Amino acid sequence: MTALLTEATPVVDTAVRLDHVTKSFGRSSAAHVVLDDISLNVAPGEFVCLLGASGCGKSTLLNLVAGLDQPTSGSIEVPGGRAALMFQEHALFPWLTAGQNIELALRLRGVPRGERRAEAQRLLELVRLGGAHGKRVHELSGGMRQRVAMARALAQDAKVLLMDEPFAALDAITRDVLHEELIQIWNETELSVLFVTHNVREAVRLAQRVVLLSSRPGRIAQEWAIDLPQPRRIESAGVADLAVEITDKLRGEIRRHVQH
Amino acid sequence: MSSTELTSTALEPAETTADSSSDVSDISAGLDALETQTVERTPLVRVFTGKVLPPLIAIALVLVVWQLAYSAHLKRPDLLPSPLDVWNSLHDQWLQGTILSVIWTSLSRGVLGFLISVLIGTPIGLLVARVKPVRAAIGPILSGLQSIPSVAWVPAAVIWFGLSNATIYAVVLLGAVPSIANGLVAGVDQVQPIYLRAGRTLGATGLRGVRHVLLPAALPGYVAGLKQGWAFSWRSLMAAELIASSPALGLGLGAQLEFSRENLDMPGVLATIILILLVGIGIELLIFNPIERRVLRSRGLLTARR
Repeated sequence: MTALLTEATPVVDTAVRLDHVTKSFGRSSAAHVVLDDISLNVAPGEFVCLLGASGCGKSTLLNLVAGLDQPTSGSIEVPGGRAALMFQEHALFPWLTAGQNIELALRLRGVPRGERRAEAQRLLELVRLGGAHGKRVHELSGGMRQRVAMARALAQDAKVLLMDEPFAALDAITRDVLHEELIQIWNETELSVLFVTHNVREAVRLAQRVVLLSSRPGRIAQEWAIDLPQPRRIESAGVADLAVEITDKLRGEIRRHVQH
Repeated sequence: MSSTELTSTALEPAETTADSSSDVSDISAGLDALETQTVERTPLVRVFTGKVLPPLIAIALVLVVWQLAYSAHLKRPDLLPSPLDVWNSLHDQWLQGTILSVIWTSLSRGVLGFLISVLIGTPIGLLVARVKPVRAAIGPILSGLQSIPSVAWVPAAVIWFGLSNATIYAVVLLGAVPSIANGLVAGVDQVQPIYLRAGRTLGATGLRGVRHVLLPAALPGYVAGLKQGWAFSWRSLMAAELIASSPALGLGLGAQLEFSRENLDMPGVLATIILILLVGIGIELLIFNPIERRVLRSRGLLTARR
């Protein structure tokens, strides 16, 4: 009976599956291994933070999942189709208005012309920028740009949102507000989020699961399940305590490089 | 702040309830308001004193120095006419009614030659910018061609096409096509890679990537190339008209320059040079500069310069 049940459940219940993924750059003889044997599953609707110091291959990993690059070995599955990607730079197109940036994403997704404008407006309102449709990118503040970038990423209607240190260039107050907005959007949608950061508190503030990568080569060092209730605050004691524990582990990983 | 206050803050429970949704929207709206800067347009008076007045003063100075040189009899009057002689020459041409047709003959050739150069230079530029073997093969030649003065092509063109319009257009194209193509190559090279990556994640690959991301991103460099291409068209045209002048070709500015020289009409020569200058500057000021400013301003690239 149990055996039958196992067979009946879908084999792939995952939003992102990385299976023994290795990525190296350069010729095979003198190859520089960036990611070494990474296996990671992100469940549908899960929020996972990838944490690591420089050289851990965080961005390389996201590029692989986004399909911008191919792994050297191992396999990557994104069953829901192409993943959306947000960068540290807003990467909005400066020749378009905020609304047109979103409409272009909708157009490239194949949304019919007549529906684009209303859909772009809905997405702008989701990131609380209902009045910004006609604004040029340079007229927006750093926080507003990242929110438009988020709306543009959402316009792809992907099941998975990849975020590459999207708030790293923002001031602390703006970042705090955007954390809260991101969690609200994540709650309202069924998005799986794979969020890369080097900021331990940010990881603990946001994620259901924090995955620590070691550096050179990037390997999974440890994972933590974060069961603090949302909404959390980045300055709360619960977040701080866990951040201390993870930071100690991260420092240990970094210290290993002194001997080499 | 007193020490008692400090202790009481520290004793507050660390885990306070998070802001409700409406509070967040208030906070983000407040942050947006704080961080948004309004850019004011420069008042007209400052545009006049800052942009219009200086060139006018410079022109006046040149005229004064010229008049002084004439009054001091540095050269014979038939070699160095006064500004007034040149003005009278222009005025005579106006009264004869030839001036507009002469300008139109040259201008229409210049514009047509420029437009053909755009049609040829743009695909060449795109190929050189995006296809590596093509770049390796003709990239250096293309930038090398820019350093050849257009006059150098005139003898070759005359041998190929005789004294015909084909000669004139060939010289214009050889002058303008490389500069337009090179402008586009520079524009594409300056595109930030992040835009291409963002475009690819949005699904803009292949021709859709070229159309929706690469070309618009390269537009500032392309417009600069077009502006330079116009300058090259106009110069090449003058070189061609000057040398390949024949009654069958109609009287353009270059030919008129040559006729004035043959008649030892120095006021006529200077008047024609001024007309050539005015048309060249006029097209740049009236057509290319507004387009360039519009492209740059819409991308926020002009506000920093004040």
